[in-house]
Amino acid sequence: MNDKPSQVSREQGLQWLLDMLRIRRMEEKCAELYGEEKIRGFLHLYIGEEAVAAGVIPELEAEDAVVATYREHGHALMRGISMNAILAEMYGKQEGCSGGRGGSMHLFDANTRFCGGNAIVSGGLPLAIGLALADKMQKQPRVTVCFFGEGAVAEGEFHESLNLAALWQLPVLFVCENNLYAMGTALARSESVTDIHRKAESYGIHSTAVDGMDVMSVNTAARLALKKIRTEQVPAFLEMRTYRFRAHSMFDPELYREKTEVEQWKQLCPITTLRARLKAQQVITDEDIAAIEQTAAAEIQAAVAFAEAGHWEPVEDLMKYVYTESENSVIPAQAGIQTPPP
Amino acid sequence: MNMTYREAMRAAMREALQQDERVFLMGEDVGRYGGCYAVSKGLLDEFGEERIRDTPLSESAFVGAGIGAALGGMRPIVEVMTVNFSLLCLDQIVNTAATLRHMSGGQFSVPVVLRMTTGAGRQLAAQHSHSLECWYAHVPGLRVIAPATLEDMRGMLRVALEDPDPVIIFEHNALYNREGELPDDVSVTEIRRAAVRRTGNHISLICYGGNLVKALEAADELAKSGIEAEVIDLRSLRPLDDATILTSVRKTRRAIMIDEGWHSGSLAAEIGMRISEQAFYDLDAPLARVCTAEVPIPYPSHLEQAALPQVATIVSKAREVLGQHV
Repeated sequence: MNDKPSQVSREQGLQWLLDMLRIRRMEEKCAELYGEEKIRGFLHLYIGEEAVAAGVIPELEAEDAVVATYREHGHALMRGISMNAILAEMYGKQEGCSGGRGGSMHLFDANTRFCGGNAIVSGGLPLAIGLALADKMQKQPRVTVCFFGEGAVAEGEFHESLNLAALWQLPVLFVCENNLYAMGTALARSESVTDIHRKAESYGIHSTAVDGMDVMSVNTAARLALKKIRTEQVPAFLEMRTYRFRAHSMFDPELYREKTEVEQWKQLCPITTLRARLKAQQVITDEDIAAIEQTAAAEIQAAVAFAEAGHWEPVEDLMKYVYTESENSVIPAQAGIQTPPP
Repeated sequence: MNMTYREAMRAAMREALQQDERVFLMGEDVGRYGGCYAVSKGLLDEFGEERIRDTPLSESAFVGAGIGAALGGMRPIVEVMTVNFSLLCLDQIVNTAATLRHMSGGQFSVPVVLRMTTGAGRQLAAQHSHSLECWYAHVPGLRVIAPATLEDMRGMLRVALEDPDPVIIFEHNALYNREGELPDDVSVTEIRRAAVRRTGNHISLICYGGNLVKALEAADELAKSGIEAEVIDLRSLRPLDDATILTSVRKTRRAIMIDEGWHSGSLAAEIGMRISEQAFYDLDAPLARVCTAEVPIPYPSHLEQAALPQVATIVSKAREVLGQHV
């Protein structure tokens, strides 16, 4: 793993703290709202892994594309989708960033080229290949960043996609968020080789393992990788070693890991460790921290109010968004049955 | 102009590549080899490796890449060698191509065209001979078309490429070598309507793709004994053109569906149900179907042919429906 950079400016330090805290507090609120049955379906929280999205996504240009998974709330927020639109989507309201049709696992936003929210493990990798291929063929100087968990490594699409990216020299940044568990299956119980970045190397892709609990390390690695991609027109791969503090989803009783293990990882919390370091270096004060908490709390309060005030799409619109032009005319609604002749 | 179906599809792709720089062809052996069925032969020399793009044997990745490239502003034509191999990329087609527009609340469309060979008849046995069109025709978000005439083979691709949503084109392998006269001015402008290929008053034969030839032969045979069959070529398998089907059936009052898919859960079954719902009181006889026997396609020719819809089977089924047991 790369050496940890130690110094950071006050401005950058505060920004990272705010970004990670916004994700953390939003996710905590989501868990609460799930308990109140405001959010339904599957809900996968990013708590513990915030440093990855906060360290990578702000380094992207506006024209770059992001492909993410079903644990993508933090990525969407970092990409600039408003918390209002994210929460409204989780409520299933029309004002959501996917019009309410997608929910927690399918956040989309064309304006920021945020291409989902894919809930099929590894399903987003081929999509990222195609987006990058289109950029390359159109000579667009853009990068596609593809986030996925270490569970995706066991899928054939992971290997097919890495091979294509290397074979065609496509501008893709693969970011593997290795949180050690594919739902409840530990990495060592599912992979013969657990050093994931080595698998990427075997395809001839520049690949690095990174301390995913440290936003500075993440950011440094992301900058280097993006620079390499942009200047050399090649793919790059980052294995972010991280951990989710919460269950896989709200239905998960967590029978597969020891509480002590979770507690040990919590000692590495990306927010508390950065906060402690910045305070020790006397870069920030307790007042700064209080102000950040307040900013995040106010944003969340406003987002909940926005989602609450949102509207349910009329049932008459059910058949929309299946085909582009027709809305509801191309595939006719179920025809009635013939009435008997007199 | 006289040409084969294969040449007609090649001409369609060449025209698309010439007219729109966003169009490119991608798939296994489409370039150097010239296409497994030689449909893309010569295109590599004309358009180069960027636009006639050979892929590894990675159906899921290159079909997914086609979907991604479509999102990114291109107009990809992705060739999946046969529908049998498309099961390796079923996830990308059903879970991504068909859903992105919906899940994103209408923000993203996927203008990708997937071409697949389908059908049996060449003794290729059980892993290269299946007809799974109805699986794809089941899925909202996809359009599924099946050219059965030379004109459609030449003209449907252009309309498919103009469509903002994913379109799957099924090309029956038995058609590629057939020759015919192509009019100078091919004017296929839509891909959603069925076509009446022969008119008749006594019975409707409803078919698509490679079985149109058989249905027309059966109609000729029936005509010898004074039975005038109307032959409907579906052209579009999703959406189905209910109006054309029902107009025909209300006139003839009898219908047989001919479908190379397996009997159970076939497109034939779906069409029969639609007729039952909407034209039950217009019928003079039970609906019938001629489908493939429920067996993986066998290798030996006599068994393969016994499994598939045949002219003789269609003729005898028509006589049965008409009450003329011969």
